[in-house]
Amino acid sequence: MSIRVAKTGNEAVAEAMRQIRPDVVAAYPITPQTEIVQLFSGFVANGLVDTEMVTVESEHSAMSATIGAAAAGARAMTATSANGLALMWEVVYIAASMRLPIVMPVVNRALSGPINIHCDHSDTMGARDSGWIQLFSENAQEAYDNVLQAVRISEDPNVLLPTMVTMDGFIISHAMEVMEMLEDEKVRQWVGEYVPLNPLLDVENPVTMGPLDLFDWNMEHKRQQAEAMVQSKPVILQVAEEYAKLTGRRYSLFEEYKLDDAEIAIVVLGSTAGTAKVVADNLRQQGVKAGLLKIRVFRPFPAEEIANALKHLKAVAVMDRSDSFNAVSGPVFAEVRSALYGIANAPIIVDYIYGIGGRDVKPDHIESVYNDLAQIAAQGKADRLLTYLGVRE
Amino acid sequence: MSVPKDAGWKDVPIAGRILEPGSAAKYETGGWRTYRPQHVPENCIHCLFCWLYCPDMAVIAKDGKFSEINYRACKGCGVCAQVCPGKRGNKALVMVLDEVAAASGNDAK
Repeated sequence: MSIRVAKTGNEAVAEAMRQIRPDVVAAYPITPQTEIVQLFSGFVANGLVDTEMVTVESEHSAMSATIGAAAAGARAMTATSANGLALMWEVVYIAASMRLPIVMPVVNRALSGPINIHCDHSDTMGARDSGWIQLFSENAQEAYDNVLQAVRISEDPNVLLPTMVTMDGFIISHAMEVMEMLEDEKVRQWVGEYVPLNPLLDVENPVTMGPLDLFDWNMEHKRQQAEAMVQSKPVILQVAEEYAKLTGRRYSLFEEYKLDDAEIAIVVLGSTAGTAKVVADNLRQQGVKAGLLKIRVFRPFPAEEIANALKHLKAVAVMDRSDSFNAVSGPVFAEVRSALYGIANAPIIVDYIYGIGGRDVKPDHIESVYNDLAQIAAQGKADRLLTYLGVRE
Repeated sequence: MSVPKDAGWKDVPIAGRILEPGSAAKYETGGWRTYRPQHVPENCIHCLFCWLYCPDMAVIAKDGKFSEINYRACKGCGVCAQVCPGKRGNKALVMVLDEVAAASGNDAK
Protein backbone atom coordinates (compact mmCIF):
# COMPACT_ATOMS: atom_id res chain seq x y z
CA MET A 1 0.00 0.00 0.00
CA SER A 2 1.51 3.28 -1.03
CA ILE A 3 0.67 6.54 0.71
CA ARG A 4 -1.22 9.24 -1.19
CA VAL A 5 -0.09 12.68 -0.14
CA ALA A 6 -0.03 16.30 -1.31
CA LYS A 7 3.56 17.50 -1.50
CA THR A 8 5.64 20.16 -3.19
CA GLY A 9 8.61 18.91 -5.20
CA ASN A 10 11.00 20.01 -2.47
CA GLU A 11 8.94 18.24 0.19
CA ALA A 12 8.79 15.10 -1.91
CA VAL A 13 12.58 15.04 -2.34
CA ALA A 14 13.20 15.79 1.35
CA GLU A 15 10.88 12.89 2.24
CA ALA A 16 12.78 10.64 -0.17
CA MET A 17 16.02 11.60 1.58
CA ARG A 18 14.45 10.92 4.98
CA GLN A 19 13.42 7.47 3.80
CA ILE A 20 16.85 6.74 2.26
CA ARG A 21 18.49 7.75 5.56
CA PRO A 22 21.91 8.68 4.12
CA ASP A 23 24.87 8.37 6.52
CA VAL A 24 26.00 11.90 5.72
CA VAL A 25 24.35 14.98 4.19
CA ALA A 26 26.48 18.08 3.70
CA ALA A 27 24.60 21.01 2.22
CA TYR A 28 24.31 24.74 1.84
CA PRO A 29 21.03 26.54 1.18
CA ILE A 30 20.27 28.23 -2.14
CA THR A 31 16.94 29.26 -3.65
CA PRO A 32 14.96 27.28 -4.79
CA GLN A 33 16.65 24.21 -3.24
CA THR A 34 16.73 25.66 0.32
CA GLU A 35 13.57 23.91 1.47
CA ILE A 36 15.00 20.45 0.76
CA VAL A 37 17.90 20.80 3.19
CA GLN A 38 15.85 22.89 5.61
CA LEU A 39 13.24 20.13 5.89
CA PHE A 40 15.90 17.46 6.02
CA SER A 41 17.81 19.22 8.81
CA GLY A 42 14.47 19.21 10.68
CA PHE A 43 14.29 15.43 10.29
CA VAL A 44 17.82 15.21 11.72
CA ALA A 45 17.02 17.57 14.63
CA ASN A 46 13.86 15.62 15.46
CA GLY A 47 15.68 12.30 15.45
CA LEU A 48 13.76 10.87 12.50
CA VAL A 49 17.06 9.98 10.84
CA ASP A 50 20.51 9.34 12.30
CA THR A 51 22.24 11.13 9.42
CA GLU A 52 25.34 13.20 10.16
CA MET A 53 24.25 16.64 8.89
CA VAL A 54 27.19 18.86 8.00
CA THR A 55 26.26 22.53 7.68
CA VAL A 56 29.05 23.96 5.57
CA GLU A 57 29.98 27.48 4.52
CA SER A 58 29.64 27.10 0.74
CA GLU A 59 28.62 24.69 -1.98
CA HIS A 60 32.27 23.98 -2.78
CA SER A 61 32.56 22.75 0.80
CA ALA A 62 29.22 20.91 0.56
CA MET A 63 30.41 18.81 -2.35
CA SER A 64 33.89 18.41 -0.86
CA ALA A 65 32.47 17.13 2.44
CA THR A 66 30.09 14.83 0.57
CA ILE A 67 33.02 13.44 -1.42
CA GLY A 68 35.05 12.93 1.76
CA ALA A 69 32.16 11.10 3.39
CA ALA A 70 31.57 8.96 0.31
CA ALA A 71 35.27 8.09 0.06
CA ALA A 72 35.18 7.08 3.73
CA GLY A 73 32.41 4.64 2.81
CA ALA A 74 29.27 6.58 3.72
CA ARG A 75 26.09 6.82 1.69
CA ALA A 76 26.31 10.57 1.16
CA MET A 77 23.98 13.13 -0.39
CA THR A 78 23.72 16.86 -0.96
CA ALA A 79 21.41 19.15 -2.96
CA THR A 80 21.81 22.43 -4.78
CA SER A 81 20.67 24.86 -7.48
CA ALA A 82 22.17 27.14 -10.12
CA ASN A 83 25.04 29.23 -8.74
CA GLY A 84 25.49 26.69 -5.95
CA LEU A 85 26.19 24.04 -8.56
CA ALA A 86 28.50 26.48 -10.32
CA LEU A 87 30.46 27.06 -7.12
CA MET A 88 30.79 23.29 -6.70
CA TRP A 89 32.12 22.93 -10.24
CA GLU A 90 35.67 21.81 -9.48
CA VAL A 91 34.58 19.10 -7.06
CA VAL A 92 31.56 18.01 -9.11
CA TYR A 93 34.02 16.59 -11.65
CA ILE A 94 36.11 15.04 -8.87
CA ALA A 95 33.06 13.21 -7.42
CA ALA A 96 32.53 11.53 -10.78
CA SER A 97 36.16 10.76 -11.54
CA MET A 98 36.67 9.33 -8.04
CA ARG A 99 33.69 7.07 -8.87
CA LEU A 100 31.72 7.96 -5.75
CA PRO A 101 28.00 7.10 -5.96
CA ILE A 102 26.67 10.38 -4.54
CA VAL A 103 23.05 11.34 -5.24
CA MET A 104 22.33 15.06 -5.57
CA PRO A 105 18.93 16.61 -6.24
CA VAL A 106 19.39 19.78 -8.31
CA VAL A 107 16.49 22.22 -8.42
CA ASN A 108 16.92 23.85 -11.82
CA ARG A 109 17.40 27.58 -11.73
CA ALA A 110 18.94 30.10 -14.13
CA LEU A 111 22.63 30.79 -13.72
CA SER A 112 23.36 34.46 -13.07
CA GLY A 113 23.58 37.03 -14.51
CA PRO A 114 21.60 39.11 -14.71
CA ILE A 115 20.68 37.66 -11.36
CA ASN A 116 17.61 35.47 -11.52
CA ILE A 117 16.18 32.82 -9.19
CA HIS A 118 13.67 31.18 -11.53
CA CYS A 119 13.75 28.05 -13.63
CA ASP A 120 15.82 27.26 -16.62
CA HIS A 121 18.21 24.38 -17.26
CA SER A 122 21.45 26.35 -17.64
CA ASP A 123 22.80 24.97 -14.34
CA THR A 124 22.57 21.22 -15.02
CA MET A 125 23.11 21.60 -18.78
CA GLY A 126 26.41 23.26 -17.94
CA ALA A 127 27.32 20.21 -15.87
CA ARG A 128 26.31 17.74 -18.58
CA ASP A 129 29.92 16.71 -19.30
CA SER A 130 30.98 16.45 -15.64
CA GLY A 131 30.57 12.66 -15.63
CA TRP A 132 27.36 12.59 -13.57
CA ILE A 133 24.28 10.63 -14.55
CA GLN A 134 21.45 13.12 -15.07
CA LEU A 135 17.78 12.25 -14.52
CA PHE A 136 15.18 14.93 -15.35
CA SER A 137 11.77 15.00 -13.65
CA GLU A 138 8.44 16.27 -14.97
CA ASN A 139 6.72 16.61 -11.59
CA ALA A 140 7.06 15.97 -7.85
CA GLN A 141 6.20 12.28 -8.26
CA GLU A 142 8.98 11.79 -10.79
CA ALA A 143 11.46 13.72 -8.66
CA TYR A 144 10.67 11.44 -5.70
CA ASP A 145 10.83 8.29 -7.83
CA ASN A 146 14.04 9.40 -9.55
CA VAL A 147 15.81 10.04 -6.24
CA LEU A 148 14.93 6.55 -4.98
CA GLN A 149 16.08 4.97 -8.25
CA ALA A 150 19.23 7.10 -8.38
CA VAL A 151 20.60 5.49 -5.22
CA ARG A 152 20.36 2.03 -6.78
CA ILE A 153 21.74 3.19 -10.14
CA SER A 154 24.73 5.05 -8.69
CA GLU A 155 25.68 2.30 -6.25
CA ASP A 156 25.50 -0.51 -8.82
CA PRO A 157 28.97 -2.13 -8.99
CA ASN A 158 28.97 -1.75 -12.80
CA VAL A 159 28.27 1.98 -12.52
CA LEU A 160 29.72 3.71 -9.42
CA LEU A 161 28.96 7.18 -10.76
CA PRO A 162 27.16 10.05 -9.02
CA THR A 163 23.66 11.05 -10.13
CA MET A 164 21.92 14.43 -10.37
CA VAL A 165 18.14 14.32 -10.11
CA THR A 166 16.67 17.53 -11.45
CA MET A 167 13.33 19.25 -11.09
CA ASP A 168 12.24 22.64 -12.36
CA GLY A 169 12.70 25.42 -9.81
CA PHE A 170 9.44 26.80 -8.33
CA ILE A 171 7.31 25.17 -11.07
CA ILE A 172 7.90 21.77 -9.44
CA SER A 173 9.89 22.56 -6.31
CA HIS A 174 7.28 24.91 -4.81
CA ALA A 175 4.01 23.73 -6.38
CA MET A 176 1.94 21.21 -4.46
CA GLU A 177 0.71 18.08 -6.19
CA VAL A 178 -0.92 14.84 -5.20
CA MET A 179 1.61 12.03 -5.36
CA GLU A 180 2.31 8.60 -3.96
CA MET A 181 5.02 7.79 -1.46
CA LEU A 182 6.26 4.38 -0.47
CA GLU A 183 6.22 3.28 3.15
CA ASP A 184 9.50 3.93 5.00
CA GLU A 185 10.17 0.23 5.39
CA LYS A 186 9.77 -0.43 1.67
CA VAL A 187 12.27 2.29 0.82
CA ARG A 188 14.66 0.86 3.41
CA GLN A 189 14.48 -2.49 1.64
CA TRP A 190 14.66 -0.87 -1.80
CA VAL A 191 17.91 1.01 -1.14
CA GLY A 192 19.31 -1.82 1.02
CA GLU A 193 22.54 -1.70 2.92
CA TYR A 194 25.28 0.22 1.13
CA VAL A 195 28.44 -1.78 0.56
CA PRO A 196 31.12 0.69 -0.55
CA LEU A 197 34.12 -0.28 -2.69
CA ASN A 198 37.54 0.40 -1.09
CA PRO A 199 36.23 2.63 1.75
CA LEU A 200 38.87 4.67 3.56
CA LEU A 201 37.44 3.68 6.95
CA ASP A 202 38.25 0.02 6.30
CA VAL A 203 41.47 0.19 8.33
CA GLU A 204 42.21 -3.48 7.71
CA ASN A 205 42.62 -2.67 4.02
CA PRO A 206 44.17 0.77 3.72
CA VAL A 207 43.85 2.44 0.30
CA THR A 208 44.81 5.73 -1.31
CA MET A 209 42.03 7.65 -3.10
CA GLY A 210 42.52 10.43 -5.59
CA PRO A 211 46.30 10.23 -6.02
CA LEU A 212 48.31 12.11 -8.63
CA ASP A 213 47.59 10.44 -11.98
CA LEU A 214 49.57 11.89 -14.88
CA PHE A 215 50.04 10.90 -18.51
CA ASP A 216 51.05 7.35 -17.63
CA TRP A 217 47.59 6.13 -16.42
CA ASN A 218 45.15 9.04 -16.44
CA MET A 219 43.76 8.12 -19.86
CA GLU A 220 43.04 4.54 -18.78
CA HIS A 221 41.12 5.80 -15.75
CA LYS A 222 39.12 8.17 -17.97
CA ARG A 223 38.40 5.26 -20.31
CA GLN A 224 37.03 3.32 -17.30
CA GLN A 225 34.85 6.30 -16.41
CA ALA A 226 33.50 6.48 -19.96
CA GLU A 227 32.71 2.77 -19.85
CA ALA A 228 30.83 3.18 -16.54
CA MET A 229 28.55 5.70 -18.26
CA VAL A 230 27.93 3.19 -21.08
CA GLN A 231 27.21 0.45 -18.54
CA SER A 232 24.81 2.69 -16.60
CA LYS A 233 22.22 2.55 -19.38
CA PRO A 234 21.19 -1.10 -18.91
CA VAL A 235 21.37 -0.59 -15.13
CA ILE A 236 18.99 2.39 -15.34
CA LEU A 237 16.55 0.21 -17.30
CA GLN A 238 16.91 -2.71 -14.89
CA VAL A 239 16.36 -0.50 -11.84
CA ALA A 240 13.30 1.03 -13.57
CA GLU A 241 11.94 -2.46 -14.17
CA GLU A 242 12.31 -3.39 -10.51
CA TYR A 243 10.85 -0.05 -9.44
CA ALA A 244 7.80 -0.69 -11.64
CA LYS A 245 7.24 -4.00 -9.81
CA LEU A 246 7.42 -2.18 -6.49
CA THR A 247 5.27 0.84 -7.36
CA GLY A 248 3.46 0.20 -10.64
CA ARG A 249 5.10 3.35 -12.02
CA ARG A 250 7.10 2.63 -15.14
CA TYR A 251 10.19 4.60 -16.17
CA SER A 252 12.56 4.35 -19.10
CA LEU A 253 15.27 6.42 -20.76
CA PHE A 254 12.57 8.71 -22.12
CA GLU A 255 8.80 8.81 -22.36
CA GLU A 256 7.06 8.53 -25.71
CA TYR A 257 3.71 10.28 -25.74
CA LYS A 258 1.42 9.59 -28.73
CA LEU A 259 4.56 9.20 -30.80
CA ASP A 260 3.85 5.91 -32.63
CA ASP A 261 1.58 7.35 -35.33
CA ALA A 262 2.69 10.97 -35.00
CA GLU A 263 3.93 13.05 -37.93
CA ILE A 264 5.27 15.94 -35.89
CA ALA A 265 6.68 15.93 -32.37
CA ILE A 266 8.51 17.98 -29.82
CA VAL A 267 11.39 16.79 -27.63
CA VAL A 268 11.33 18.28 -24.15
CA LEU A 269 12.71 17.85 -20.62
CA GLY A 270 11.15 18.68 -17.27
CA SER A 271 7.86 20.29 -16.33
CA THR A 272 7.10 21.71 -19.79
CA ALA A 273 6.36 18.14 -20.89
CA GLY A 274 3.15 18.33 -18.86
CA THR A 275 2.00 21.47 -20.67
CA ALA A 276 2.99 19.99 -24.03
CA LYS A 277 0.99 16.80 -23.42
CA VAL A 278 -2.16 18.87 -22.93
CA VAL A 279 -1.47 20.74 -26.16
CA ALA A 280 -0.78 17.49 -28.03
CA ASP A 281 -4.09 16.08 -26.73
CA ASN A 282 -5.97 19.16 -27.98
CA LEU A 283 -4.29 19.00 -31.38
CA ARG A 284 -5.09 15.29 -31.66
CA GLN A 285 -8.79 16.16 -31.26
CA GLN A 286 -8.38 18.50 -34.22
CA GLY A 287 -6.87 15.67 -36.26
CA VAL A 288 -3.26 16.85 -36.01
CA LYS A 289 -0.89 13.91 -35.56
CA ALA A 290 1.12 15.51 -32.79
CA GLY A 291 3.41 13.59 -30.43
CA LEU A 292 6.01 14.18 -27.77
CA LEU A 293 9.26 12.68 -26.52
CA LYS A 294 10.23 13.57 -22.95
CA ILE A 295 13.86 12.89 -22.13
CA ARG A 296 14.29 11.50 -18.62
CA VAL A 297 17.90 10.34 -18.89
CA PHE A 298 20.09 13.03 -20.42
CA ARG A 299 23.34 11.42 -19.19
CA PRO A 300 23.98 8.81 -20.45
CA PHE A 301 22.47 10.24 -23.63
CA PRO A 302 20.22 7.61 -25.28
CA ALA A 303 21.19 8.61 -28.83
CA GLU A 304 20.31 5.40 -30.65
CA GLU A 305 17.03 4.92 -28.80
CA ILE A 306 15.94 8.51 -29.41
CA ALA A 307 16.84 8.28 -33.10
CA ASN A 308 14.74 5.11 -33.40
CA ALA A 309 11.80 6.76 -31.69
CA LEU A 310 11.94 9.86 -33.91
CA LYS A 311 12.99 8.54 -37.31
CA HIS A 312 9.48 8.02 -38.71
CA LEU A 313 8.45 11.64 -38.10
CA LYS A 314 8.27 14.40 -40.68
CA ALA A 315 9.39 17.23 -38.42
CA VAL A 316 10.75 17.50 -34.89
CA ALA A 317 11.20 20.50 -32.59
CA VAL A 318 13.68 20.29 -29.72
CA MET A 319 12.86 22.47 -26.72
CA ASP A 320 15.98 23.85 -25.06
CA ARG A 321 15.57 25.56 -21.69
CA SER A 322 19.13 26.91 -21.85
CA ASP A 323 21.40 28.41 -24.46
CA SER A 324 24.84 27.14 -25.40
CA PHE A 325 25.87 30.58 -26.71
CA ASN A 326 27.68 28.75 -29.50
CA ALA A 327 25.95 30.81 -32.20
CA VAL A 328 24.18 27.66 -33.42
CA SER A 329 21.66 26.11 -31.00
CA GLY A 330 20.90 24.92 -27.49
CA PRO A 331 22.60 21.82 -26.07
CA VAL A 332 19.71 19.33 -26.32
CA PHE A 333 19.19 20.16 -30.00
CA ALA A 334 22.86 19.56 -30.78
CA GLU A 335 22.69 16.06 -29.30
CA VAL A 336 19.30 15.04 -30.73
CA ARG A 337 20.22 16.27 -34.19
CA SER A 338 23.55 14.45 -33.95
CA ALA A 339 21.70 11.26 -32.98
CA LEU A 340 19.66 11.50 -36.19
CA TYR A 341 22.69 11.97 -38.44
CA GLY A 342 23.08 9.23 -41.03
CA ILE A 343 19.50 8.00 -40.73
CA ALA A 344 17.80 7.82 -44.11
CA ASN A 345 14.87 10.22 -44.52
CA ALA A 346 15.46 11.63 -41.06
CA PRO A 347 12.89 14.21 -39.94
CA ILE A 348 13.54 17.91 -40.39
CA ILE A 349 14.65 19.16 -37.00
CA VAL A 350 14.54 22.65 -35.49
CA ASP A 351 15.37 24.17 -32.11
CA TYR A 352 13.37 26.38 -29.75
CA ILE A 353 15.08 28.08 -26.85
CA TYR A 354 12.36 28.84 -24.31
CA GLY A 355 11.58 29.57 -20.67
CA ILE A 356 14.88 31.28 -19.93
CA GLY A 357 15.06 32.81 -16.46
CA GLY A 358 11.63 31.40 -15.63
CA ARG A 359 9.83 32.97 -18.61
CA ASP A 360 6.36 31.44 -18.50
CA VAL A 361 5.62 28.73 -21.05
CA LYS A 362 1.93 28.69 -21.93
CA PRO A 363 -0.05 26.22 -24.03
CA ASP A 364 -0.22 28.89 -26.76
CA HIS A 365 3.57 28.87 -27.04
CA ILE A 366 3.68 25.10 -27.42
CA GLU A 367 0.83 25.22 -29.92
CA SER A 368 2.75 27.74 -32.01
CA VAL A 369 5.66 25.28 -32.10
CA TYR A 370 3.37 22.47 -33.31
CA ASN A 371 1.90 24.87 -35.90
CA ASP A 372 5.41 25.68 -37.13
CA LEU A 373 6.15 21.94 -37.34
CA ALA A 374 2.98 21.29 -39.37
CA GLN A 375 4.05 23.97 -41.83
CA ILE A 376 7.64 22.64 -41.99
CA ALA A 377 6.30 19.13 -42.62
CA ALA A 378 3.99 20.42 -45.37
CA GLN A 379 6.64 22.42 -47.22
CA GLY A 380 9.40 19.85 -46.62
CA LYS A 381 11.88 22.40 -45.28
CA ALA A 382 12.50 24.74 -42.36
CA ASP A 383 13.12 28.43 -42.86
CA ARG A 384 15.34 28.68 -39.78
CA LEU A 385 17.13 26.38 -37.39
CA LEU A 386 16.61 28.26 -34.13
CA THR A 387 13.73 30.26 -32.66
CA TYR A 388 13.69 32.07 -29.32
CA LEU A 389 10.18 31.23 -28.14
CA GLY A 390 8.32 34.01 -26.36
CA VAL A 391 11.07 36.61 -26.58
CA ARG A 392 10.02 40.23 -27.27
CA GLU A 393 11.09 41.05 -30.82
CA MET B 1 49.71 -4.94 -6.18
CA SER B 2 52.06 -3.86 -8.90
CA VAL B 3 50.57 -3.13 -12.29
CA PRO B 4 51.90 -5.53 -14.96
CA LYS B 5 53.60 -3.83 -17.92
CA ASP B 6 50.99 -5.10 -20.39
CA ALA B 7 47.96 -4.07 -18.28
CA GLY B 8 45.10 -2.29 -20.03
CA TRP B 9 42.35 0.01 -18.76
CA LYS B 10 40.20 -2.93 -17.70
CA ASP B 11 42.98 -4.38 -15.50
CA VAL B 12 43.71 -1.50 -13.14
CA PRO B 13 41.77 -0.32 -10.05
CA ILE B 14 39.16 2.34 -10.82
CA ALA B 15 39.84 6.05 -10.39
CA GLY B 16 43.57 5.54 -9.86
CA ARG B 17 42.98 4.08 -6.41
CA ILE B 18 46.07 2.57 -4.81
CA LEU B 19 45.00 -0.59 -3.00
CA GLU B 20 48.42 -1.55 -1.62
CA PRO B 21 49.51 0.26 1.54
CA GLY B 22 53.07 1.57 1.66
CA SER B 23 53.57 1.07 -2.06
CA ALA B 24 55.42 4.40 -2.25
CA ALA B 25 58.45 2.54 -0.89
CA LYS B 26 58.74 0.87 -4.30
CA TYR B 27 58.83 4.16 -6.13
CA GLU B 28 62.36 5.34 -6.85
CA THR B 29 62.46 9.05 -6.19
CA GLY B 30 66.18 9.06 -7.02
CA GLY B 31 65.23 9.93 -10.60
CA TRP B 32 64.12 13.40 -9.49
CA ARG B 33 67.59 14.38 -8.32
CA THR B 34 69.68 17.24 -9.71
CA TYR B 35 72.24 17.45 -6.88
CA ARG B 36 73.31 14.56 -4.69
CA PRO B 37 74.75 14.58 -1.18
CA GLN B 38 78.28 13.26 -1.21
CA HIS B 39 79.76 11.91 2.00
CA VAL B 40 83.14 13.24 3.23
CA PRO B 41 84.16 10.61 5.87
CA GLU B 42 86.92 12.68 7.47
CA ASN B 43 84.41 15.39 8.42
CA CYS B 44 81.72 13.04 9.78
CA ILE B 45 81.15 12.95 13.55
CA HIS B 46 78.30 10.36 13.17
CA CYS B 47 75.74 12.58 14.87
CA LEU B 48 73.13 11.07 12.50
CA PHE B 49 71.30 14.39 12.03
CA CYS B 50 71.20 13.47 8.31
CA TRP B 51 69.59 10.11 9.11
CA LEU B 52 67.04 11.82 11.37
CA TYR B 53 66.11 14.60 8.98
CA CYS B 54 66.07 12.76 5.63
CA PRO B 55 62.43 12.82 4.42
CA ASP B 56 62.89 9.68 2.32
CA MET B 57 64.90 7.52 4.73
CA ALA B 58 67.67 7.51 2.14
CA VAL B 59 70.43 7.79 4.74
CA ILE B 60 71.45 4.32 5.92
CA ALA B 61 72.97 4.00 9.38
CA LYS B 62 74.65 0.89 10.75
CA ASP B 63 75.65 0.27 14.37
CA GLY B 64 74.86 3.86 15.28
CA LYS B 65 77.11 5.28 12.55
CA PHE B 66 76.59 6.81 9.13
CA SER B 67 76.90 4.04 6.54
CA GLU B 68 75.80 5.24 3.10
CA ILE B 69 73.19 7.10 1.02
CA ASN B 70 70.59 5.09 -0.90
CA TYR B 71 70.69 7.01 -4.19
CA ARG B 72 67.62 5.16 -5.54
CA ALA B 73 65.58 6.95 -2.87
CA CYS B 74 67.54 10.19 -2.41
CA LYS B 75 65.78 12.95 -4.38
CA GLY B 76 68.51 15.47 -3.71
CA CYS B 77 66.58 17.85 -1.47
CA GLY B 78 69.75 18.82 0.40
CA VAL B 79 68.24 18.77 3.89
CA CYS B 80 70.99 16.40 5.10
CA ALA B 81 73.75 18.72 3.92
CA GLN B 82 71.96 21.69 5.46
CA VAL B 83 71.66 20.13 8.94
CA CYS B 84 75.11 18.52 8.90
CA PRO B 85 77.30 20.21 11.60
CA GLY B 86 80.48 18.66 10.12
CA LYS B 87 83.82 18.99 11.83
CA ARG B 88 85.44 22.42 12.44
CA GLY B 89 83.14 24.08 9.94
CA ASN B 90 83.70 21.48 7.21
CA LYS B 91 80.53 19.62 6.16
CA ALA B 92 80.47 15.82 6.03
CA LEU B 93 77.76 15.99 3.36
CA VAL B 94 78.19 18.28 0.34
CA MET B 95 75.81 18.70 -2.56
CA VAL B 96 77.39 17.89 -5.93
CA LEU B 97 75.78 18.12 -9.38
CA ASP B 98 74.53 14.58 -10.01
CA GLU B 99 76.13 14.00 -13.42
CA VAL B 100 79.46 15.37 -12.16
CA ALA B 101 79.40 12.88 -9.28
CA ALA B 102 78.40 10.09 -11.67
CA ALA B 103 81.21 11.01 -14.10
CA SER B 104 83.74 10.94 -11.27
CA GLY B 105 82.86 7.28 -10.71
CA ASN B 106 80.98 7.91 -7.50
CA ASP B 107 77.73 6.45 -8.79
CA ALA B 108 77.06 3.94 -6.04
CA LYS B 109 73.51 2.56 -6.14
